[in-house]
Amino acid sequence: MNRFKFEAVWAEFDTILAGVGLTIVLSISAIILGSILAILLSALRRIGGRWVGILIDAYVELMRNTPFLIQLFMVFFGLPLIGIRMSGDMAALLAMTLNLGAYASEIIRAGVDSVHKSQLEAGESLALTRMQVFRYVILKPAIARVWPALTSQFVLMMLASSICSFIAVRELSGVAAIVEQDTFRSFEVYIIVTLIYLVLALSLKTFLLWLGKRIFPNLSGLARIEAKGGAV
Amino acid sequence: MNSFGWPEFFFILRSAGWTLLLTAVAFLIGGALGAALAIMRLSANRVLSGFASGYILTIQSIPVLMVLFMSYYGLSLFGIRLPAFFAASLSLSIYVSAYLAEIWRGSIESVPFQQWEASSSLALTKGQQYRYVILPQAVRIALPPTVGFLVQLVKNTSIVSVVGFVELSRAGALVNQATFLPFQVFSVVAAIYFVICFPLSRLSRHLEKVMNVGRSH
Repeated sequence: MNRFKFEAVWAEFDTILAGVGLTIVLSISAIILGSILAILLSALRRIGGRWVGILIDAYVELMRNTPFLIQLFMVFFGLPLIGIRMSGDMAALLAMTLNLGAYASEIIRAGVDSVHKSQLEAGESLALTRMQVFRYVILKPAIARVWPALTSQFVLMMLASSICSFIAVRELSGVAAIVEQDTFRSFEVYIIVTLIYLVLALSLKTFLLWLGKRIFPNLSGLARIEAKGGAV
Repeated sequence: MNSFGWPEFFFILRSAGWTLLLTAVAFLIGGALGAALAIMRLSANRVLSGFASGYILTIQSIPVLMVLFMSYYGLSLFGIRLPAFFAASLSLSIYVSAYLAEIWRGSIESVPFQQWEASSSLALTKGQQYRYVILPQAVRIALPPTVGFLVQLVKNTSIVSVVGFVELSRAGALVNQATFLPFQVFSVVAAIYFVICFPLSRLSRHLEKVMNVGRSH
């Protein structure tokens, strides 16, 4: 169809590439920081008291039952009022981290629950503290078991980073809006940007699944041991 | 500068109606599409199942925001000028169809294959097998994750504000621009979303427990 004109969009490809870069940086940073937050929350839930558990549950439910957009608005428009000023990029990263941390902690919790009780007892019988049991006995098999679910969640977060364009962050969707205003070729811009997202999402998924195999090479062995233990 | 009083509060509360309507429309249309896709995905016909899995993978690998922009600008490219509500419903339905198709495919597949064998030995046609044997069992398995997905849908309706449709989030943003009271305004907006979503989340978890009781492996 000759009504499509891509030339004008190609002329601004540098801008789009910069957006791709920011999307990747934001996503990777949020995945790393969000995972750290999630592990901290799971550890606290494990070793903290009852009230800590209730607070963490409240935080997780709050994050899971409100839209990311509203969380982003809260961070971007709300925090400056109490004296915390930050750029749009930082607000985006903070909102993504808080959101992902809540979701990932819920996923990791399922993994932690699936670790067999005999493993904890074995750890305790070696006089490990509760923190040590969590750190050395529970954490790795728990994450190994839920790695596919975590991978999906990380990809969803990368896709949701597009929402940060609402506060004028110049990530991929943000630059798409800029190029669209410059060229008036709305549909062409969004076709290209959509294809880039598709490539990013599939690459991220492939990379994370590969990484999972590298970090947890004996994943299937663990699952087998667990199946045996469960049957006893 | 306006203050944040009852009129603003009721304006936000009324807009929540649009959020719910959008959710309902997207769920019904997307659900119908998703059911068709799930069955196509499981069909023995390679073209049908290939198309369905390609569609599902693509839609699940792009942001809902892009589906929205493509619907909005795509339709106007063909000279169709539709109200924002239409573009919003269309894009959310497409999003819903891909996710529900995947959830429902999994549910149908988790019905033990002996059920297919038994029903085909009774000379039931494929349609009858689905209607009388497979789907009644698959629905029980599908219900908890479907309700859970509704929560995602309610939350994702927030992004259609970008094409100018005034639903709950857009109403909040408008009131925020008028009052400069982001904490109060967005707390109210978040609370309304929470009131809609939290019961659904709990229901999903409850159904998961109830539905699993009768299942034997």
